[in-house]
Amino acid sequence: MELTREQAVWIYERMRLIRSFEERVARLFADGRIPGFVHLYAGEEAVAVGVCAHLGDRDYITSTHRGHGHCIAKGVPVNEMMAELFGRATGSCKGKGGSMHIADVSRGMLGANGIVGGGPPLAAGAALTARTLGTGGVAGCFFGDGAAEQGTTHEAMNLAAIWNLPVVFVCENNQFAESTPVTYHCAATSNADRAASYNIPGVLLDGYDVLAMYEAAGEAVARARRGEGPSLLEAKTWRYFGHFEGDQVTYRTAEQSAAYREHDPLALFAKQATERGLLSRADLDRIDQDAERQVDEAVEFADRSPLPAPEDSLSDVYVAYR
Amino acid sequence: MAVAVRSLTFGQAINEALRLEMERDPSVVLMGEDVAGGATVPGFEQEDAWGGVLGVTKGLVQQFGRQRVLDTPISESGFIGAAVGAAATGLRPVAELMFVDFFGVCMDQIFNQGAKLRYMFGGKARVPMVIRTMIGAGFRAAGQHSGCHYSVFTHMPGLKCVVPSTPADAKGLLAASIRDDDPVIFFEHKMLYDLTGEVPEDELVIPLGQADIKRSGDTATVVAIGRMVHLALEAADLLSADGISLEVVDPRTLSPLDDDTILSSVRRTRRVVVVDEDNPRCSMATDIVAMVASQAFDDLDAPPQIVTAPHTPVPFSPPLEDFYVPSVERVVQAVRATL
Repeated sequence: MELTREQAVWIYERMRLIRSFEERVARLFADGRIPGFVHLYAGEEAVAVGVCAHLGDRDYITSTHRGHGHCIAKGVPVNEMMAELFGRATGSCKGKGGSMHIADVSRGMLGANGIVGGGPPLAAGAALTARTLGTGGVAGCFFGDGAAEQGTTHEAMNLAAIWNLPVVFVCENNQFAESTPVTYHCAATSNADRAASYNIPGVLLDGYDVLAMYEAAGEAVARARRGEGPSLLEAKTWRYFGHFEGDQVTYRTAEQSAAYREHDPLALFAKQATERGLLSRADLDRIDQDAERQVDEAVEFADRSPLPAPEDSLSDVYVAYR
Repeated sequence: MAVAVRSLTFGQAINEALRLEMERDPSVVLMGEDVAGGATVPGFEQEDAWGGVLGVTKGLVQQFGRQRVLDTPISESGFIGAAVGAAATGLRPVAELMFVDFFGVCMDQIFNQGAKLRYMFGGKARVPMVIRTMIGAGFRAAGQHSGCHYSVFTHMPGLKCVVPSTPADAKGLLAASIRDDDPVIFFEHKMLYDLTGEVPEDELVIPLGQADIKRSGDTATVVAIGRMVHLALEAADLLSADGISLEVVDPRTLSPLDDDTILSSVRRTRRVVVVDEDNPRCSMATDIVAMVASQAFDDLDAPPQIVTAPHTPVPFSPPLEDFYVPSVERVVQAVRATL
């Protein structure tokens, strides 16, 4: 799949914005400025961006507890995201969701999800809507290697397969379910192999290589749009931070982490894009600076935004209650 | 102008509500195990093999096709969750959870997804779905196919709970549930499906949150839920011979609960009995009694009484199950205890 300069710019911009956002969130959390639980996506940028590059306004995604990257890739504004993490009234969810439930249905982002394996059935439902109403839309379903052991994930894949629904299942295999390695928790050699039991394509990919992700996702999305049903992509990747902020990451060696940082998805794409003449060093520098500026602005926006009033906790349970 | 009515069973009334709502709104779809039945079997392309395990959805696939009447695998988490996702993105799915007891295999999708999405997303999502589910003892169906369990769902913010007792209420409340923009759990007592009653032919929409006084009286108030309404009405007949006049209040929806109608009845009669087929701990019976006690204590002439199932699962053998279900005699005794 030949990439245009415009697409290359978009891919690098999104990946860099995710990285800048997550690195900033790590510092803000350490400084005690973000309450609750935070799970960071840094290291996995190529997966969300490679897939969402093919999705537009009519398409939906479901996400995980590690959802900031999916939001940014799907176009959720970082100001509202940071405000949500700060618990502000101007946040994406008016401070009612926080990091684990950050969502923007108007942009097709059906929510981070605090329940591991909570999202796949929702993705099948979004795809059922697309098929029933004939919108031409596709549902992208991100889930981790941990969620790959949940029944909901397999029920959703089976349902999508028998109903021929336009879903692209994307297993983000960062090789650990919390502290438990995939080599222990998964009986299969790879999750991609599991697609065979649903008679759908299953592809194992280098989740650090955004071009590989972009190409495979392009095929899976096109297949779904043609009405040929779901696919499963497994992206082997690595999270730079712990399972949650505060995790001391005792279950991985420093050497492993250093090796993965060495083979960084942003650096890899920068190299690929400059070698192909799609982006110059000046482009990369400009995008890097612009991402930092956007995150600076997001923090300022969140900082100056009001906290919700305590009684705001009582609204939004129902559309109408009697 | 006279409204045309005719006699329908409770099951036929539900079928009619589904048909009218599907005719009215192309975004209404049905899904569930065997809601049509026979999917992909030659000869059943546009016809149902079952039309629901008890035939309640019979004939709908003929009219609306298999794209809108979807047989599902036995995969409740998968398809209830798909209904949530479909509702959040533009459909109005009516998913059938065959027996309410099966909530154990799909509660995350109901409770953590369907019920909470709107709130967690700051009010920027709608989940207009209905889960129709069968409840109640009486079929000798034993411990995993006979519970009521509506109190479990009533406890959960974000859900609405509807328990009709008559064919007309079933039709009107189901139409309102499908049109509602929030997730609604619609509880159908399996012993009521063959009950007949007058049902208007035309569109009928009964707003959620409005109790109905099924019989007026002034000696005592009996609040009864679902099938228990009919036991309360029988008890009222028996007691009228002794000059005791019962008022029978049917809440019809448990969430939202029409506490005003219950309270104003109790304030008039000064006595209350709640009849509930569900288990008693943390139940609708105790909830309604607590509401009455905290808001109308000084209006009561006697301690409130509850008549419920015992704190056990539903047993199989006929004498055991018959003992489990509240009886007319127990309702009569409870009323007499308030006099």
